[in-house]
Amino acid sequence: MKPRHKKLAIITASVAALGVSAYLVLNAFQSNLVFFFSPTQVMAKEAPVGKSFRIGGLVEEGSIQREASGTTVRFSITDTSKTIQVVYTGILPDLFREGKGVVAQGKLGENGVFNADEVLAKHDENYMPPEAALALEEAAKAQKATSVQ
Amino acid sequence: MAINWYKYASPASFYSLAGRMIPFFAILAFGLLVAGLYIGFFVAPTDFQQGEAYRIIFIHVPAAWMSMFLYVVMALWAGIGLAFNTRLSSMMATAIAPTGAMFTFVALWTGSLWGKPMWGTWWVWDARLTSELILLFLYIGFMSLQAAIDDPRRADKAGAIIALVGVINIPIIYFSVQWWNTLHQGASVSVTQAPTMASTMLTGMMVMVFAAWMYAIAVILKRVRVIILERERHTAWVSELNERGAL
Amino acid sequence: MDWSNWSEFLAMGGYGIYVWGSYLVTFACVIGEILLIFKRRRTLVKRYGQIFDANGEDTSYQDDKTAV
Repeated sequence: MKPRHKKLAIITASVAALGVSAYLVLNAFQSNLVFFFSPTQVMAKEAPVGKSFRIGGLVEEGSIQREASGTTVRFSITDTSKTIQVVYTGILPDLFREGKGVVAQGKLGENGVFNADEVLAKHDENYMPPEAALALEEAAKAQKATSVQ
Repeated sequence: MAINWYKYASPASFYSLAGRMIPFFAILAFGLLVAGLYIGFFVAPTDFQQGEAYRIIFIHVPAAWMSMFLYVVMALWAGIGLAFNTRLSSMMATAIAPTGAMFTFVALWTGSLWGKPMWGTWWVWDARLTSELILLFLYIGFMSLQAAIDDPRRADKAGAIIALVGVINIPIIYFSVQWWNTLHQGASVSVTQAPTMASTMLTGMMVMVFAAWMYAIAVILKRVRVIILERERHTAWVSELNERGAL
Repeated sequence: MDWSNWSEFLAMGGYGIYVWGSYLVTFACVIGEILLIFKRRRTLVKRYGQIFDANGEDTSYQDDKTAV
């Protein structure tokens, strides 16, 4: 092969490699663009049936129940309109908290309970010192109290 | 007073101009880095949710911003080089790529080390993380394509095409957290909204962002000087510099 | 300031490995990048010295040429 042809071959090969990898990545991207479904979407049967998928939402306040033995935990994921029960055995991330964002991967059982094999925490974009967070919380409580009156 | 800017479009004059600018940006970068780290670790408070782990933000966000910004600048120079056949613009694009790739890698690495304790995973294939990974591949693709072609002018052209096509990925990265459901949270600092960070945290982060800018400018100028020398070896001014011992 | 001593600072509230793992690798990348450019330049200047000398140029600046 002449050097010129060799170079042409290298360029063709690298452009082809780039094209193929772009195709593969976009393909993977397409199926993952919907990273998670909300409980409302799941109830509306928009989530894949019989396949593993992710549910995202907030951990419902007061819904976390830890089983006495082992690391199995039950909680509910809510998007404030619909709620789905989740069972999970394993280690929870540090930011897994009531009222905070969560994404669980698993399958929806016949009984409507979601069997998760991975639970990830989804935190928000707020950064502040604990005192400020506490002050905000108090202010919200005070406002709630006055609005109830 | 009229400065003849076109003068600096020639590699020969830019070579000496860049050489004079490097110390200025290098010193600024170092000073800002020290100040940013001081604010980040000794002034900025603990975060209410993430505790001390959030301090990764002081490198993660500057690196992620630089990775996108440098790509746009690289594509711009590559595009100018392609359109107007200006040697220096293409050399600038070539000089930016490794630094852009480095910042992309740092953004991914620090993100992974941040994701593990906070989200509970090193990596997920959500739109933000995937598109940032594609950015790394684009930088690597640009560099390896240029390395595979011996003739610099043709390498410039081929690289420019990848660089320009890849620009589409930048808005995808930036808006991914708004357009799709992602595990990655939304932006804490944006043009349209007030930042959602406590002020000392924000100050620390912004100082680190400026440090990253200054660093990038210094390093890219340093690299472009080497590239100029490599490509202009057969010109009279390089051999003259060599004779004066001023390479 | 949040830290009362060094070990507390290094522990980063239990996230030390993640925080310092991020910072160390970042600084390694930055320093590595700088060193690579210096090395690339040094090699080039050295090679040019040899090429130009071989062409019968003035060689009296030999020492300066190899300096960065």
